[in-house]
Amino acid sequence: MKVRYLFGGGIHPSEQKISQDAPIEEMEVPERVVVPLSQHIGAPCEATVSPGDRVKKGDRVGQATGFVSVNVHAPISGVVKSIGLFPHPLGRPLPAVEIESDGEDTWTDRLKPHEDYMDLSPEELKEIIRDMGIVGMGGAAFPTHVKLSPPKEKTIDTFIINGAECEPYLTADHRLMLEEAESIIAGARIAMRSLGVDRGIIAIESNKPDAIEKMRGLTEDIPELEVVALRVRYPQGAEKQLIKTLLNREVPFSGGLPMDVGVIVQNVGTLSAIYKAIRFGLPLIERITTVTGSGVHTPKNLRARIGTPIEVLIEACGGFSTEVGKVIIGGPMMGVSQYSLEVPVVKGTSGILVQPLSEVEEGVDHPCIRCGSCIRACPALLMPTILAVFAQRDMFKEAERYDVVDCIECGCCDYVCPARIPLVQLLRYAKAEVLARRKKAA
Amino acid sequence: MDDRQFILSSSPHIHSGESTPRIMYSVVAALVPAMFMGVYLFGLRALWVILLSVAAGLATEAGAQRVMGRKVTISDGSAVVTGILLALNLPPTVPWWLVVVGSAIAIVVGKQIYGGLGYNPFNPALVARVILLISFPVQMTTWVKPSPLFSGAADAVTTATPLGAMKTYLMVKGTLQGFIMGELWNPFIGNIGGCIGETSVIALLIGAGFLLYRGYISWHIPVTFIGMVFILSGLFWLINPDQYMSPFFHILTGGLMLGAFYMATDMVTSPVTTRGMMVFGAGCGAITIIIRIFGGYPEGVSYSILLMNAATPLIDRYMRPKTFGWKTVSSR
Repeated sequence: MKVRYLFGGGIHPSEQKISQDAPIEEMEVPERVVVPLSQHIGAPCEATVSPGDRVKKGDRVGQATGFVSVNVHAPISGVVKSIGLFPHPLGRPLPAVEIESDGEDTWTDRLKPHEDYMDLSPEELKEIIRDMGIVGMGGAAFPTHVKLSPPKEKTIDTFIINGAECEPYLTADHRLMLEEAESIIAGARIAMRSLGVDRGIIAIESNKPDAIEKMRGLTEDIPELEVVALRVRYPQGAEKQLIKTLLNREVPFSGGLPMDVGVIVQNVGTLSAIYKAIRFGLPLIERITTVTGSGVHTPKNLRARIGTPIEVLIEACGGFSTEVGKVIIGGPMMGVSQYSLEVPVVKGTSGILVQPLSEVEEGVDHPCIRCGSCIRACPALLMPTILAVFAQRDMFKEAERYDVVDCIECGCCDYVCPARIPLVQLLRYAKAEVLARRKKAA
Repeated sequence: MDDRQFILSSSPHIHSGESTPRIMYSVVAALVPAMFMGVYLFGLRALWVILLSVAAGLATEAGAQRVMGRKVTISDGSAVVTGILLALNLPPTVPWWLVVVGSAIAIVVGKQIYGGLGYNPFNPALVARVILLISFPVQMTTWVKPSPLFSGAADAVTTATPLGAMKTYLMVKGTLQGFIMGELWNPFIGNIGGCIGETSVIALLIGAGFLLYRGYISWHIPVTFIGMVFILSGLFWLINPDQYMSPFFHILTGGLMLGAFYMATDMVTSPVTTRGMMVFGAGCGAITIIIRIFGGYPEGVSYSILLMNAATPLIDRYMRPKTFGWKTVSSR
């Protein structure tokens, strides 16, 4: 059974899942890691260690500040070398803790496993999730405990387990669903318990039939979990589009959240991390990252420690195979191109895409011929070409009236534009400006 | 490895490969059957008109862009499309200088004075056609019977277009009783008097099918345009068949097929939203019938499209799609 996609717009670029058959490979312990204090949306952490301190794997090195913030932990055992500004995937240097390995890779003795974790209260579960530094691992890195704490007046009736992985190239979630499906299901049940929800939908795009089969097999005897195969359509995995497809509910525009329509969505990687945090007391210090693209020798799915420079991951895949144009963290549709290979893997690093120079799209833009392709492709049902004109002329009031803040920056408009206008860049600019003005006015 | 330079740019990092020239040359390809039929029906003269119109269009565009200090962009194919469309909208007997004047008007007055491709509010080829029609009414309305190539038929027997013949008949006799419409097969293959590219419905439909298949036009404008012409002319015909021709006659003759599939669908001058396109097409159809039935001209397709071009910004404003999540808010 295939579910029709109900959201408007969207595109179907070449899927390029070239690494889907590569089993998850454990990386060697890196000699040195750079652990950014800001790996999530929200307030950055405060460092709790000083240069010269000895740390063990799993020790806290950054303390959450405020509710929308999570801890960060040492991914290796060793010595804190420095605390300072280091390259960050977001594109500018940000505060981070640099740790040099002692080669031992010894765990901290403070791990607190829970055998009968389903006896813990929702509050206790959320507390652990926060302490263990769990954030959304699909890319946005929003603190998970916040998402699991909707205000009382919001009734949540459905929990969605997001295994759509609709970005081309990326296969980290796919491999996780094949190799560690049990941890995802256990994590989902923990999240559902902490939310008090008894309906869960596991959503997977139909280009991953093996993952669908695996999940169906494991959930046969779990009446509250249902597996749904989705038609392949980008951005099917975007929260709002996923909810629309599965439940035909639309998250309200202009700042609405899934909880407004009674839904919480979590990525499969996040749920696996939740399970490990609750059951074994393991903080989030590693993740699966797809290293892919025709610019690397052997595309792989690596289990890498947070803080490992991406250069080390690329080396683990045999290095560059040709003259490189772009190194992108994330997928080709929403990923961020990087200026340095010093940039570390962070909690939200789902993939590293190496694009050869020959595949880089040149940015020559022509005048808009008003073909309307961008409007038909926009899953937020906006008019990107009109918004781009407003952005170019700093007409922010008009951009606001045309709902620029509802742009999800998925890139569909840009992808289809025959004039190659940098629509996402322009809309992002107008969106940031409108949001800044709203903040100022408030 | 540290001194390596990488390209930085905003996402997305892949592209569909679609481009403006690709769209333009696809339209050219789609017009090949119509051009072929034009030359077949009206002789090599039609070929010279097409070639001259394209050449003059390209030369004017290059000249205008150079004078204005802009980048010369004649390779994007848009001037080629305009040149071909203008030629297809001219009678086969048109003098050569009129082709050159028309093509120059299309490029300069129709497009470049507004800022070039993408900024013109009106369809450039139609602007030129209408200016020529007003300025040179005789040359622009002298029609000949098709004399297919190699058929050995004598050249240049003047005739009237079916719509013109009908209008004259009605004016003279006050009724259509006795007006011989002829087989509808003739306009379907193109064996009637008219502009070079407008007579052969089958050739136009083949090209339109290609554009629809490639997604460069959508059904919304042509279907609502032709549908509206059919419905309105059908209503009049049902009321009084002595005064009004059948809807089949209306949709198969004149410039309707050329206009609905190739001119009204011009991306630059038609609405960008699908709902807007349907309003636009319906408006074109209504104006066409009003002109054909109540107006002084026998044919109204060009004027209807130009008038709706003028309404396009307004349509775009009112037919704006509702943002995702809008329903949820209004029902809260």
